[in-house]
Amino acid sequence: MTTLHPRLHHLARLFRDPLPASLRLASGLALGLASSAALADYTWNFPKPVTPIGRDTLSMHNQFMVIITVLFVVVFAIMIYSMVKHRKSTGAQPAKFSGPTGAFQWFWALVPFAILLFIDFVLMGIPAFHAVIDMEDTRTKADMVLKVTGLQWKWKYEYPDSGIQFVSTLTTPREQIEGTEAKGEHYLLEVDNEVVLPVGKKVRILLTSTDVIHTWWVPQFGVKRDAIPGFLRETWVRIEEPGVYRGQCAELCGKDHGFMPVVVRAVPEAEYAAWVDKKKTEMAAAAAGGDKTWTMAELMAKGKDGYDKNCAACHQPNGQGLPPAFPALAGSKIVTGALLSPEGKLIPDGHVDRVMNGKTGTAMQAFKATLSDVDIAAIVTYERNSFGNTKGDMIQPAQIKALR
Amino acid sequence: MNTATHTLDHHGDHAHHPTGILRWLTTTNHKDIGTMYMTFSLLMFFVGGAMILGVRAELFQPGLQLMKPEFFNQLIGVHALVMIFAALMPAATGFANWMIPLMIGAPDMALPRLNNWGFWLLPPAALLLTMPFVLALFGIGDGAVATGWTLYAPLSIQGGIGVDFAIFSIHILGISSIMGSINIIATLLNMRAPGMTLMKMPLFCWGWLVTAVLLIITLPVLAGGVTMLLTDRHFGTHFFNAAGGGDPILFQHLFWFFGHPEVYILLLPVWGLMPHVLSTFTRKPIYGHHAQVWSFIAIGVLGLIVWAHHFLTAGLPVPALLYFMYSTMSISLPLAVLFFCWIATMWRGAMSFETPMLFAIGFIVLFGIAGLTGLVLADVAADAQYHHSYFVVAHFHYALFAGGIMGVMTGVYYWLPKWTGHMYSEKLGKLHFWLTVISFNLTFMPQFFLGLAGMPRRIPDYALQFAEFNAISTVGAFVLGLSQLLFAYNVWKCVKGGEKASDKVWEGTDGLEWKLSSPPPYHSWETQPVIK
Repeated sequence: MTTLHPRLHHLARLFRDPLPASLRLASGLALGLASSAALADYTWNFPKPVTPIGRDTLSMHNQFMVIITVLFVVVFAIMIYSMVKHRKSTGAQPAKFSGPTGAFQWFWALVPFAILLFIDFVLMGIPAFHAVIDMEDTRTKADMVLKVTGLQWKWKYEYPDSGIQFVSTLTTPREQIEGTEAKGEHYLLEVDNEVVLPVGKKVRILLTSTDVIHTWWVPQFGVKRDAIPGFLRETWVRIEEPGVYRGQCAELCGKDHGFMPVVVRAVPEAEYAAWVDKKKTEMAAAAAGGDKTWTMAELMAKGKDGYDKNCAACHQPNGQGLPPAFPALAGSKIVTGALLSPEGKLIPDGHVDRVMNGKTGTAMQAFKATLSDVDIAAIVTYERNSFGNTKGDMIQPAQIKALR
Repeated sequence: MNTATHTLDHHGDHAHHPTGILRWLTTTNHKDIGTMYMTFSLLMFFVGGAMILGVRAELFQPGLQLMKPEFFNQLIGVHALVMIFAALMPAATGFANWMIPLMIGAPDMALPRLNNWGFWLLPPAALLLTMPFVLALFGIGDGAVATGWTLYAPLSIQGGIGVDFAIFSIHILGISSIMGSINIIATLLNMRAPGMTLMKMPLFCWGWLVTAVLLIITLPVLAGGVTMLLTDRHFGTHFFNAAGGGDPILFQHLFWFFGHPEVYILLLPVWGLMPHVLSTFTRKPIYGHHAQVWSFIAIGVLGLIVWAHHFLTAGLPVPALLYFMYSTMSISLPLAVLFFCWIATMWRGAMSFETPMLFAIGFIVLFGIAGLTGLVLADVAADAQYHHSYFVVAHFHYALFAGGIMGVMTGVYYWLPKWTGHMYSEKLGKLHFWLTVISFNLTFMPQFFLGLAGMPRRIPDYALQFAEFNAISTVGAFVLGLSQLLFAYNVWKCVKGGEKASDKVWEGTDGLEWKLSSPPPYHSWETQPVIK
């Protein structure tokens, strides 16, 4: 690659390794044809709904599909009859009429109109009205609240009742996406931290975003709602069966829009209570980690993990970035600049400031909102001492805590 | 009138115009400008098509094979902008330029210089839209607009220079469309042949009159919206930034106040030409001329007040949800009138099935699917499931490919002999029709099921359960794309030569345009015909 002319280099950036790709495509074509004949894993309708809204939506959808299929068949049966009967080649003589004449024809011209009026506003309109009212009633008898925040490109979940919060990120390995490794069963629909919700409880879901608009969607819930930066939107679910339910972000939100799944695990109430306790203990342990003094090796190990999860999508695992949108960290002025001011304060637009507060108008988000003191300290330390950067310094979680 | 035509023919032979490239740069002749619009449209149709074939190739199987997600996002958005603004709209304007003066007995468009300018704004606009792709090759910027054609803030505020290029391109395209619309309205209102009352005006002209009014009402709103986006990006305003007191959803309101009528802007000219084609090949008068005129107007008015159904999942208040649901459903009523009139025009005719008629029938059936799925999409609760999914992608391609592009092809096959004086190859035309219809359904029918199964739109990679339908869709898309080369070849051959077309061209034609020679003289209707 280094011998490439700079222009070709840019071309190569747009396309991913062109040669193996074409080979992969060719083998994929053969495989694809074979597997579609053999497997035929087709679904023709919504996945099985597990909430009252989902069931309602499916039955409405089924009813509508019957209505429009009947309309389609009847209307085009008339047309096809005409196409067969009224052909020039069979010697048909064209009629001369250009509109309804007489009461009888007017009657027949208005009948379809009346039928459609009935379908629109009675047959479809009335169930639709009730479904909308039901769908928007997020507050009546709500048992608990889940707050969902969309971030580029992951979801943050908060349980205000128990103080639990965590970020949920895609775990599908890069190798599976790039095709060098076989794809797993839940390819692209698997995360590190699943949202756990109790079965049978009405959960009021509040949605917002920190950067661009995202849409939270789990098909089996029949629920889809936008997460809008600066505003709260809401919806609700009452999951009726235990299980794992998978969905995705549904609003184009930038480069990794296709890689921010939603995974919800619905469990019986007792199990949910146990999960809440376990999560609380974990969080307490993590908070305690913020007060101790970490060694360089500990920070570097923790930092690599955190970097790969939170930063590598844009800045790439090797720190080379994807300029110009996503700058390189290797040799970056910001990363190799001073850590903090001599008084131990944030340097505006310095390394720590950028990681904690982000850069407005870009995909670089304010990580202080989603990452713990330990994570931020570890990632900053890791970035300063990797990809050829050799600053040799480090920052402690306690310092980050003081800078918040 | 026949004698008048004859002398006109004679005069028309002595067209005074420069030759070579200067002729096309300086022309104010409606036929020349119409030809340029159609040529530009065909060219951009292939540009937009090539982009989406790249996308379909990437989606052929799960995993990232060909491109990075950033580039994928650029292709989908620019594909849509090119197809809408540079392929479909210019095709409709090309029809208007060619046919409106011939149909209403006018010597030319009312504002010929504006007409020339309107066209020549298009190539620079298309260039602006696609240039960031080329600039990226030279290391300038990070490619074209990657936000989808909807340019939703704040994603578009984050984007690179591609967004700025798209904003300026939209401004120029908008100016071009507004100029074209003013010209068409001025022509239709002032230059109709004596005796042609508004109600006697051909339906194609009526379709365009409503389109032109819609364009003038809605385009300034889009221009305002993207200008606000531009100032948010570069001049520190906060129209769409909640932190500064703005609202991201405001952009969606502004965009779709234009975006929904835009659908009818693309379709009304097609709905206008359809009855002429049906009447010709059934050898029977158009059924319900008045009813269709009033339906066009009703659709135009309703089209302006239903925009928020494009973002029903954004969390609108319940009264707004109900209002936008019922108003959207009510559009089915005037549309049903159109369907009724089309089928009633065919009823008890003496039909023959030349290529334009085949495309017209294909249009009616497939556009019917678009209309019916649109009806269920209006339902707020069901929409929660369909929205942002492939169900919507399939729906609007049934509307805009089967409704828009196939409608344009109906018109091209129908009028091409009039324009060129030659018949196209009927055999190739029919082959093109069957390949198009079959591969179109192969491409987009599976996308309905993908959407129902839960596949979101605009993703470069997908979960394994979506693999089969995506593979089928990609195969369909490639056949569909390649079949269109047949169309280009057929048109080219027809322009170059072929069997001589008569003045009437088709047995069942009726209307002023068919009383001129084929091809019509360079200047026609210098003496206006009189309509009784």
